[in-house]
Amino acid sequence: MDLQTLTYIVVGATFALYIGIAIWARAATTGEFYVAGKGVNPIANGMATGADWMSAASFISMAGLIAFMGYDASVYLMGWTGGYVLLAMLLAPYLRKFGKFTVPEFIGERFYSQTARIVAVICLIVASITYVIGQMKGVGVAFGRFLEVPFEVGVYVGMAIVFIYAVLGGMKGITYTQIAQYVVLIFAYTVPAIFISLNLTDNPIPQLGLGSAMADGSGVHLLDKLDQVLVELGFNQYTAQKGETLNIFLLTLSLMIGTAGLPHVIIRFFTVPKVRDARASAGWALVFIALLYTTAPAVGAMAILNFVNTVQTGEVGSAEGNVVAEQRPQWMRNWETTGLLAYEDKNGDGRIQYYNDKNPDFAAKAESFGWKGNEMTKVDRDIMVLANPEIAKLPNWVIALVAAGGLAAALSTAAGLLLAISSAISHDLLKGVFMPNISEKNELMAGRIAMAGAILVAGWLGIHPPGFAAQVVALAFGLAASSIFPALMMGIFNKKINNSGAVLGMLAGLLSTLIYIFWFKGWFFIPGTEMMANTKDNWFLGIQPESFGAVGALINFAVAIIVSKVTAPPPEHIQHLVEDIRIPKGAGQASSH
Amino acid sequence: MSAPTHDAIGYWKANLRLMTICLVIWFVVSYGFGILLVEPLNAISLGGYKLGFWFAQQGSIYTFVVLIFFYAWRMNRLDREFDVHED
Repeated sequence: MDLQTLTYIVVGATFALYIGIAIWARAATTGEFYVAGKGVNPIANGMATGADWMSAASFISMAGLIAFMGYDASVYLMGWTGGYVLLAMLLAPYLRKFGKFTVPEFIGERFYSQTARIVAVICLIVASITYVIGQMKGVGVAFGRFLEVPFEVGVYVGMAIVFIYAVLGGMKGITYTQIAQYVVLIFAYTVPAIFISLNLTDNPIPQLGLGSAMADGSGVHLLDKLDQVLVELGFNQYTAQKGETLNIFLLTLSLMIGTAGLPHVIIRFFTVPKVRDARASAGWALVFIALLYTTAPAVGAMAILNFVNTVQTGEVGSAEGNVVAEQRPQWMRNWETTGLLAYEDKNGDGRIQYYNDKNPDFAAKAESFGWKGNEMTKVDRDIMVLANPEIAKLPNWVIALVAAGGLAAALSTAAGLLLAISSAISHDLLKGVFMPNISEKNELMAGRIAMAGAILVAGWLGIHPPGFAAQVVALAFGLAASSIFPALMMGIFNKKINNSGAVLGMLAGLLSTLIYIFWFKGWFFIPGTEMMANTKDNWFLGIQPESFGAVGALINFAVAIIVSKVTAPPPEHIQHLVEDIRIPKGAGQASSH
Repeated sequence: MSAPTHDAIGYWKANLRLMTICLVIWFVVSYGFGILLVEPLNAISLGGYKLGFWFAQQGSIYTFVVLIFFYAWRMNRLDREFDVHED
C-alpha cells in the first residue's frame, strides 16, 4: 500500500475515533460543559492534561530546537515541565477546592472585584488566542505535508473535527478525546525514537541510548561523538552552553511560571472529584508529559547526528568526505519538494557540504578544503521529527502514525484553549457581568455558541496569521507569567492582598511585560515600530524580551503587596474564603453550587 | 465557615514547611544543577552523559515527577493527621 493511502487510513481512523467519542460524551449541563461534571479519574485527567499541554510545537518543533541548540534548548525542557511542580503545590489543589468553573471566576471572587475578573478575562483571551493560532497552523501544515492537501483545506478539516467534539461535548467531550489523542501522539513519538536509538546505540530506550556508546563498535559515547563531529564542522559543542546564564535562568523561570499560569492547563484540574486528586493528577500529568519530554533530547541529538553523517560521509576535508549530490538519500529529495530542505552546490564539486560558515576561525580551514559556504541552504528544524522515520528507514505505517500524532497534538491543545476562551466568554463575561440571571440552559447554549465563534476566529487567524505568529510563544507565556500566576498565588497564600492590590498588580505585571516585549519587537510586532534595536546593549540589565515574564511577575507581586499595605484590608468573609480553600475538607459541597 | 481552628493553622504551617522543602529541591536540580552549576558538573560523567547536561535535559524532569508524588503522598497524610481530609 502506498504511503498516502496508508496515511489517509491512519488519520481517518483517529478522526473517526474522536467523533465517536464526541457522540458518546455529549455535555448535558454547564457543569459537564465547563468541567466535565468534576468526575474525571485523576490518572485519566493526567493523560488528558498531557495532550492538552503538548502542542504542535512540543510534538513537531521541540526536538528540532534541541537538535540545533543542544544544551541551550534545556530551557524548554525544564521550563515546560517544572511549571507542574508549581501547579501541584501552589495552585491546583486550592483552585479545585474553590470548586468553580473558570480561572477569572476565582480572581473575581477572591478579590471581590468585577474589574479584577475582567482583567483576568482579557489576559486569558489574549494568551489563549495567540497560542491557538500556532495550533491551527500546525494542523494545516501537517495536512499539507502528509496528505498533500492545500493548507487552508487542512485548517478547515481541523476546525470541523474540533467543532464536532468541542461544541457537542464541551470539557467532557474534550477530556475523553484528549485521552485518545495522548495515546496516539505518544505512540507516534516514541516508536520512531526507539528504532533510531536501537540503530545508533543498540539500546531500545532513547533516554538511555542518549547516554550510551555508539553501536559502531568504536566505544565512543554518542554525545561525545556528536560534540566531536559538530566541532569538526566549525559548530559549537552540542553539550556546551552557548547563551548567557542570566537569560537562560530567567527564560526557564518565565516558562515555568507561565506554564503554571496558563488557564487551559489550570482548568483541567477543575475536572477531578477531590482536592487530593488534583495533587496526584498533576503528578500523573507530568509523568505522561515526561515520557515525551525525556525522549525529545534523544530524538534531537540522534537526528542531528544522523543528518550530519548523511552529508559528511567521510573525513572532514578529504576529497571524498562528502555525499555526492546525485546519490543523496531519497528522504532528502522528498523533503526538498516541500521547500523545508534545500541545497545549492556553491563550489560546483557535485558534493554537498554542511558546516558553520559563520565561524571566522573555521573559514580558513573551509577555504583550504575548497568549500565555498554551507551548501545546505535550508534545513527547517521541524524536519528533525517529521523526516525522522524516513531517515531511520522505518516502514510507511510509522510515517503515517507520525502524521496522526502531529494532528492529535495540535487538535488536543487547540480544543483545550478554545474551551478556556469560550468559558471565559459565556461564564465570566455573559453570566458573571452582563446577564447574571441567565438560565443554565441558555448559558450552556451561549457556551456552545462562544465555542463555535472561537473556532471560527482561531481558524481565520490560522489561515491569515498576523505577522507576529512566530513571536506568540513569548507573548502567551509572558502574559500568563506576569499577570495570571501571581494573582492566583497571592490569592491563596496571602490573605492581606485586597482588590486594588490585585488589580493594580496584574495591570503592572501585564503592562510592563507587554511594553518590554513591544519596545524591542515593535508595537503589536509591527516591523519598524521598535523603540530600540533588539540587542543586548539596549536590554534592561541584559534581559532579553522573551525572558521578561519572570520580571513582570516580580513587579506584579511587589505592586500588589505594597498597594494592599496602604489600602483597606480585605473584608472578613474574604479572609474566611481563603482559610476555607486552604483545607481540603468540604470540597464535595463546594462543587454542587 | 468559622474562624480557623488551631488544627487549621497547624495544618497550613506543616503544608508550608513541606512545600518549602520540595521547592528548594525543585530549584536546586533545575536552576542549580541544570543551569548555574552546569559547567563544573559537566566535568563529572554519568555513563555517557555529562552530569550537568543530564540534569538539564533528563534528571530535573525525573526529579519534578518524584517531587509531585512525594508532596501528594505527604499531604494526604497531613490531611488525615489534622483531620481536614475529604470524605
